[in-house]
Amino acid sequence: MSNEVWWASQDFWRKCAIFVTAGMFLVLILLTFHSLAAITAGQDRVPAYSVINHRIDYVFDEERNMKVPVIGEEAPLFGEVLTEAEAKALVDLGKLTVQAKNCMNCHTLLGNGAYYAPDLTKAWLDPGWGNEQARELLMTMFLKDPKTNARTYGTNRRMPDLGVTDEEVRGVIAFLKWMSAVDTNGFPQGFEPLPQGGS
Amino acid sequence: MAEAAITNPLRPALDAVAARDTSSLSAGQRLALKYFLVAMVLFVAQMLFGLLAGLQFLYPEFLYGVLDFNVNRMVHINAMIVWMLYGFIGSIYWLVEDEAGVELVGAKLANINFWVLTSAVAVVVVVYLVVQVGPGNKMSIWFINEGREYIEAPRWADIGIVVCMGVFFYTVAGTFMKGRWSGISGTLVLDLIALAGLYLAGMFYTTNLSVDQYWWWWVVHLWVEATWEVLVGCIMAWGLMKTLGARREIVTTWLYIEVAMMFGAGILGLGHHYFWIGTPEYWLGIGGFFSALEPIPLVAMVVHAVYDAGRHSFQSRNHPALAWLIAHAFGNFLGAGVWGFIHTLPQINLYTHGTQWTTSHGHLAFFGAYATIVIAFIYIALQRWRGDVWMSGDLPDRGWKWKWSLGLLNVGMLGMTIALLIAGYEQSFIERAIGGSTWAAYFEGQTQPWFVQGMQWRMVFGVVMTAGLVLLLWDFLTIGRGETRLAKEVHAPGPHVG
Repeated sequence: MSNEVWWASQDFWRKCAIFVTAGMFLVLILLTFHSLAAITAGQDRVPAYSVINHRIDYVFDEERNMKVPVIGEEAPLFGEVLTEAEAKALVDLGKLTVQAKNCMNCHTLLGNGAYYAPDLTKAWLDPGWGNEQARELLMTMFLKDPKTNARTYGTNRRMPDLGVTDEEVRGVIAFLKWMSAVDTNGFPQGFEPLPQGGS
Repeated sequence: MAEAAITNPLRPALDAVAARDTSSLSAGQRLALKYFLVAMVLFVAQMLFGLLAGLQFLYPEFLYGVLDFNVNRMVHINAMIVWMLYGFIGSIYWLVEDEAGVELVGAKLANINFWVLTSAVAVVVVVYLVVQVGPGNKMSIWFINEGREYIEAPRWADIGIVVCMGVFFYTVAGTFMKGRWSGISGTLVLDLIALAGLYLAGMFYTTNLSVDQYWWWWVVHLWVEATWEVLVGCIMAWGLMKTLGARREIVTTWLYIEVAMMFGAGILGLGHHYFWIGTPEYWLGIGGFFSALEPIPLVAMVVHAVYDAGRHSFQSRNHPALAWLIAHAFGNFLGAGVWGFIHTLPQINLYTHGTQWTTSHGHLAFFGAYATIVIAFIYIALQRWRGDVWMSGDLPDRGWKWKWSLGLLNVGMLGMTIALLIAGYEQSFIERAIGGSTWAAYFEGQTQPWFVQGMQWRMVFGVVMTAGLVLLLWDFLTIGRGETRLAKEVHAPGPHVG
């Protein structure tokens, strides 16, 4: 053992393993504090829940060289201005519904989930809804009766009837609207939202 | 014997179930066999529900409204996670007494624990299949499913899992404390603490999806790309000592190197999941850089396994186990390493995130890194159970069953991976780069002939894998039966010179 070189010794690598792991974990903890502060609802990157009272757009930002959500004039969901607490309750109902109906095992949310159905990150802004005026009604009809109002684009891949209540439908749409305003560093790339406010 | 086998082809299977002579095994080893049995049942379930979900891509009307894609896919991935955990737990119970030099601490408790955990798993699966979805409230999340990919298990089951993992940890750590510690066992126990602790990060509800996904990735990434990798590193080290007679100092030093590199790259490699979920831009750089380093320890593992096997001239006491250990080293490197690397940089991930690229990577990585080593361990266990019998070269019928199942499973998986990758290329071009990720663009991508062909070939190779699984289970039931030769002796070679 006396002629063993230091870099091949068990003791050296044991210490390496301990210090590298501890060091990296410490860095992760510090970054976690910073990131969680940045993604609290109402901070720069993740909007307050009352964002659903406003028009949301997705426009190119020269400085960041990517598209970013832009919160515009008042455009209340279902024509009803909500307080922050009311908006949070509605988005919360939507999020609970999205989880309870297991949406993520067909769709992706922020690109995470399954790949059997479209990504929902910008579902609120999807040009498939035609225009701003028709959107809420079309979304409601689709969620209430996805068999009859199927949107399969010729694939025959229909969403099953998940038995969502009227209130849950409103919640899901509020959740989708809120999600479309999260700053996702330009994901999805090249997405062109439906025309809004005469734009 | 030969006549009986001809008149009753089910004889070996019946024997395996009826004549369960485990008297020669220790308490930990008997427990390990139970875990392995459930693992294989869940492997079959994973394959079955994978086939159903794959068929739905080709025939969307198939089982529509009865067993929808989201249910099949959830059972497919949950069965996988749980069978791999069962495989790991089984492997650890198999080696713990040998490694500690004493009998299992709390064997009775460990046995009760197995039944509690298995009953809970059964209840969760039945609820998944029968109840499927619930109303949008907390009750659904507590009692039906949590609706978060990979950790769908409802909250009551989460708590049960934590308790059961606590009992498992107590029996394993207690056994080492009563007996002796080693580099392998020390690393293993610390890793189990991290593994159990991380699960807690997935056990709360929040309205904020960005915060939700931030912690969700702590569980998913830091399990699969960090603590699970170290766990299989420990199991691999022990496996190489047992099948090849590799020297403890060598495997232990390699284990430390792997831990340093794995956690060195993998902990901050977590950042590659933080590109697009609302988290700050610095994660693009941190996640891209560190996750690009993640393949390095996997290269080291290949070098280690092949070097050890070569140094022993591939003279092993258990050929099927060694073959699967080598398959593990390469599968881990290819599936987790190469297939992970190809879409980990943010510049490419912007277009591939959430497409069939991920599916392709997920399939090869989970199989290559984890399924393989559990199968290797089952072979090690079966050899001992059947009387420490000969399992080197020159097996009856030239060991065609293990060789063909090894081939079919690996070829099937590689074929699926490549088919899915081609579908992913198509999707990232048509839907993402050209179509700008609208719903219309999504469906345009899904209907492109090359995408559809990718899905068809995935199905073909899925059937190839299924054939491999049938053969593997048949081999598990029969290998070593009626063998009279004892296992080949393997020795550690002399120390290095120069």
